Amino acid sequence: MTITMPPILQVENLYKSFDNTAILKGVSLRLHQGEIKVLIGPSGSGKSTLLQCINCLVQPDRGEILLDGTAVDRTSKTSLCRLRQEVGMIFQDFNLFDHLTALNNIIIPLRKVKKICRREAEKRARLELEQVGLADKTELYPAQLSGGQKQRVAMARALAMDPKALLLDEPTSALDPELIGEVIAVIKNLAARGMTMLMATHQISLIATLADEILFMEQGSIVEHGSPSVLLAPGSNSKSQGFCDRLNELSDGRE
Amino acid sequence: MMELFSPFYQELFAALNRGFLMSVALILPSAVGGICIGIAIGSVRVYTRPLFRRLGDAYAALFRGTPLVVQLFILYFGLPNIGLYLSPYAAAVIGFILCSGAYQSEYVRGALLSIRRGQYLGAYALGLTSWQTISSIVIPQAIRRALYGCGNEVIYLIKYSSLAYVVTCMELTGEGKTIATEYFRFTEVFTVIGLYYLGLVTLAMMGLKKLEQLLYIPGFGRQ
Repeated sequence: MTITMPPILQVENLYKSFDNTAILKGVSLRLHQGEIKVLIGPSGSGKSTLLQCINCLVQPDRGEILLDGTAVDRTSKTSLCRLRQEVGMIFQDFNLFDHLTALNNIIIPLRKVKKICRREAEKRARLELEQVGLADKTELYPAQLSGGQKQRVAMARALAMDPKALLLDEPTSALDPELIGEVIAVIKNLAARGMTMLMATHQISLIATLADEILFMEQGSIVEHGSPSVLLAPGSNSKSQGFCDRLNELSDGRE
Repeated sequence: MMELFSPFYQELFAALNRGFLMSVALILPSAVGGICIGIAIGSVRVYTRPLFRRLGDAYAALFRGTPLVVQLFILYFGLPNIGLYLSPYAAAVIGFILCSGAYQSEYVRGALLSIRRGQYLGAYALGLTSWQTISSIVIPQAIRRALYGCGNEVIYLIKYSSLAYVVTCMELTGEGKTIATEYFRFTEVFTVIGLYYLGLVTLAMMGLKKLEQLLYIPGFGRQ
């Protein structure tokens, strides 16, 4: 192809420090339509901060974020809200609205942000909950749902906004082992539908089977990147391989 | 039993019923006004720029730090010095609103600060504005957390409304005291006054209980 589409999401030279400690030291990445990139690396390497900087939940100190090839003006509230609508976010601890039912958790952003009428919003919300297998849980509050169900509601809520890309910040890390499967199933289903995703995870099955590219982060920089088939090949001696081996040992020990 | 129909009791109940209505007329606007001021000042003390925050803190410190009687005296007897004349009723209601608002702002502030950061992150990540996040996500949750403290303050208010009589606003306590002085029968009069307040507080508690049930959401308050 000679005419290349601009990446859906592009991050150029992102810097962030907290109290003089540099957390991100010039991170760049590109996410094309339908691509799935997985961020791995030790705790404290800056994965969460990177994801939160991409949709400006944490304001980066320097750098550019480009949506469909256009730089986002981070000083303008409207362009920030647009960025956040188009780049959905899934959190480790779900962040469902505690005072609203599963259904209303999805309806409220549709109404407030997309200005969709109540009836249409409710229809969409029911559809999304059905997609993640929670059609019978619409009227339950977050306190009445299991961790896996909460994460699935959070995903339905993010997807109802029709995002162009999804950022996932360790979506399975806060879940009990027996609940991880249901969330992984939803993520795999999304991947099959061609959703563009950038995901930080320690879930080996997601890394190996879904990733088009692995980004290995260490001390605020992406120090290694490549396809899983290359990086995780036996004898590749990559940092990613070492890291995944250690994850494997841990999960083998547990099972 | 016949005693209850004696001129003393007839006069007492007539006076206390009059005073009761005045007390209710004092309490209702003061409670509503106090809660409104409390929400406004409490939010200012959490969300606004440091300058406004400090002004809010100063208001709360002043009205929580001085006796209500002193505040009422200044409103009623002090303000005329600068040409502001308030009726006894107006002075009492304004005093109660300002005092109650200061305490309410503390409950509201505590409730707002107790909302987890994740609730804001979740909302911002979906594209909600700060204002939408506060009004649709944070305040509905904070109201449920503040309810118990705010209700407590309303119950306090019912009882400190008896201070209105020091600025000559004749409510329950004031009316009763007049009769007690006239007949020199303090014990009976103040016992009956106490029962009136007990009745009022009981009603308020029932109302608050109802409100708690109305606003109940699994995961908030009682399990």
